[in-house]
Amino acid sequence: MTTSQRLRTIDWIGVALWVFRAVIIILVIVGTVRKLFFGAGTQYTASDWIDFVVSGLSQGGLYALIALGYTMVYGVLFMINFAHGEFFMSGAMTSTVLVAGTLSRSGFMDEQPVIYLVLVTFAAVLTSMGVALLTERVAYRPLRRAPRLVPLITAIGASFFWQYLFRGLFGGDLKPFPVPAILDGRVTILGLEFLKTRVVVFAVSIVALLGLYLFVQRTKTGRAIRAVAEDKDVATLMGVDVDRTIATTFAVGAAMAGIAAVLWVLVFKQANFFMGFVPGIKAFTAAVLGGIGSIPGAALGGLFLGVIEAVGPPLFLEGLGLPGAHQLKDVIAFLLLVLVLIFRPQGIIGERLAEKKA
Amino acid sequence: MKRLSLLLVMLLLAALALVACQPTGGTNAPVEEAPVEEAPVDEAAPTDEAPPAEEDMGAMECTDAIGCVEIAAGDPIQIASALVISGPNADLGLDSQHGVEIALSRRGDVLGHSVELIAEDDGCNAEGGQTAGNKIVANPQIVGAIATSCSGAGVPMAQIISDAGYVMISPSNTSPALTDPAQAFKPGYLRTAHNDLIQGAAMADYAYDVLGVTKAAAIHDGDPYTEGLAKAFSDAFEAKGGEMVAFEAEAADATNVEPLLTTVAAAGPEFLYYPVFIPLGSLITNTAKNISGLEDVYLAAADGVQSPSFLENTVDTSEGMFVSGPDLAFSNTFYQDEFLPMYMEMFGTEPTAPFHAHAYDATMMLLNAIETVAQQDADGNLLIGRQALRDALYATSGYEGITGTLTCDEFGDCADPKISVSEVQGGEFVRVWP
Repeated sequence: MTTSQRLRTIDWIGVALWVFRAVIIILVIVGTVRKLFFGAGTQYTASDWIDFVVSGLSQGGLYALIALGYTMVYGVLFMINFAHGEFFMSGAMTSTVLVAGTLSRSGFMDEQPVIYLVLVTFAAVLTSMGVALLTERVAYRPLRRAPRLVPLITAIGASFFWQYLFRGLFGGDLKPFPVPAILDGRVTILGLEFLKTRVVVFAVSIVALLGLYLFVQRTKTGRAIRAVAEDKDVATLMGVDVDRTIATTFAVGAAMAGIAAVLWVLVFKQANFFMGFVPGIKAFTAAVLGGIGSIPGAALGGLFLGVIEAVGPPLFLEGLGLPGAHQLKDVIAFLLLVLVLIFRPQGIIGERLAEKKA
Repeated sequence: MKRLSLLLVMLLLAALALVACQPTGGTNAPVEEAPVEEAPVDEAAPTDEAPPAEEDMGAMECTDAIGCVEIAAGDPIQIASALVISGPNADLGLDSQHGVEIALSRRGDVLGHSVELIAEDDGCNAEGGQTAGNKIVANPQIVGAIATSCSGAGVPMAQIISDAGYVMISPSNTSPALTDPAQAFKPGYLRTAHNDLIQGAAMADYAYDVLGVTKAAAIHDGDPYTEGLAKAFSDAFEAKGGEMVAFEAEAADATNVEPLLTTVAAAGPEFLYYPVFIPLGSLITNTAKNISGLEDVYLAAADGVQSPSFLENTVDTSEGMFVSGPDLAFSNTFYQDEFLPMYMEMFGTEPTAPFHAHAYDATMMLLNAIETVAQQDADGNLLIGRQALRDALYATSGYEGITGTLTCDEFGDCADPKISVSEVQGGEFVRVWP
């Protein structure tokens, strides 16, 4: 074989893709090594690193809860429900403005902080579910037989509709969320100090994730959801009410978003009509990262995304000597999304993309 | 084929990354490309709009180098505003717009014409400034604009306004870049707000001289206003002999700021300055006291958060923090005795941000300049030369406004800047210095 023949047989695009992968990996390794062993950038103590990880895990728990909605709807309908971020926002806004605002002004919050939190959660979950069911009935169900691009565009339209409806209802400014005093400060667990809100958020997200997993795996409704995800027509033949099951899927996903909404405002203490956008996109990233369609995948993807957003900038971005590293955490998140889509479209968990879903 | 497109996508990403990695210091960099393509209006264009002037105005002819606005007898003089009047920073822009409206209602008719305000929204970002600017220059009857609220919106808009031969006066752009000819300054841009070189230095004075701190950290969000001010502060602080232990950045729409603040805390500052807007500012304020290492650090922000909405979102957590901003303890009595009651009467609220008086002065300056340069014929038709209007505005000297004695320099800085520092005490801004 002559040299020119050999050159022709080399797959140049394949090489370029490999180089791209290698460059990213080398950058990450170089940054990490420079940070850890050569002391580039700010110096951190062990407890700083723990803070980064804990903050990331709890943020990741929130992403995971929202990501469930994306992944479950994708599972049954094979559509990306871009209005899901608004289901989250609607719960946060309603509970913040109507319930939390009223109860804290009347002094109820200080007297009965636990009941207050329960009421706020109920309000958020019910609103999110209501908004989701309405969207499903009005915007998605009529389009069930339409080409797949159609509901996608409708979802974007629905998203705008809810955003500006809530802006019209509650106004465009930031709404403060009053956090009861019992959640202020830190607790000590295993000799380490954690922020109370962060612990609550992480614990509640894990419980909710497990609960949802059991619901889908162990209950009759859960089995119906899995059946519809597998094959709608066969599920119909087996006596599953497909429309009802799809509505249930939306409702369950939205309930998770509602829980995430309450946890979100507990941590960040503010709500706004536009607050669903960024978490929605991040959770979508998390769902794709874990393998869209897979529930454990969404959970894992969310936690992973949260941690890498928190740890990545101080670890390898600062190690590379980039100034203002923290503002680049979105770059990490979205670069990760692109990389996953290019190199491993099935995600970390690797949900089988059966003939129908692919 | 599919793999080829993948490769293209990645090259595109690489290109994006390269663009993003350009030094952020020169805020002019991204500005120069965008608006030029959008507004193909070159020097010659405004004169194209002039011919109708000759048709219905026999007596007055437009001899202005960059064109004229003609206003027929009985028609209103149109001026525009582009302030942030929606979204989380609406308190800032609406407050300025109220200042403009008070000025118009006090001034009444100008040369026998009523004055009509066309209100646009600058969105407090570059896209909003670009859109509002294009809308304004698309209307040949608009004489000038009171715009913008946010420096980030002001940068692209100044380019558009300047290219089209219009003028804009900002009541609250404070980024040093906007009046720096090496950065974003464009002819036709003026402002009645202070330059942040002064505000940054004032906060540095307060931190170093009054609080006695020697180690400070600053956070900005990449917007020209926040970055310019954080930079001005850190330069002034270092010039005084202090040490900047951290100079960090965070995205304006960030949610989880704990990692950022952990990084800042690890650098061990005694004073943390974050001149950002309300959403990020209240997040940082709410989070800071929970970060170990920041419990006893002085927190300080700037005029971007000086609003009741910020205080509502930071109940308890903002207590004891410092906020710099224009000093509203004006030496004249007009502000207390007439302006504030009029504000209350017309809008039913106390001022919600610190720049209403600057907007009032900006509007008066514009109307004065129109009065000076407009030619009027016997029927009451007006002809306003755009270059003449610019010249008149830049020549403003010793004008007694609410905010002080205004004198414009050749790069549009007109303010008589006085900065004060307030402390949040009992959920209110209380002036503590000077």
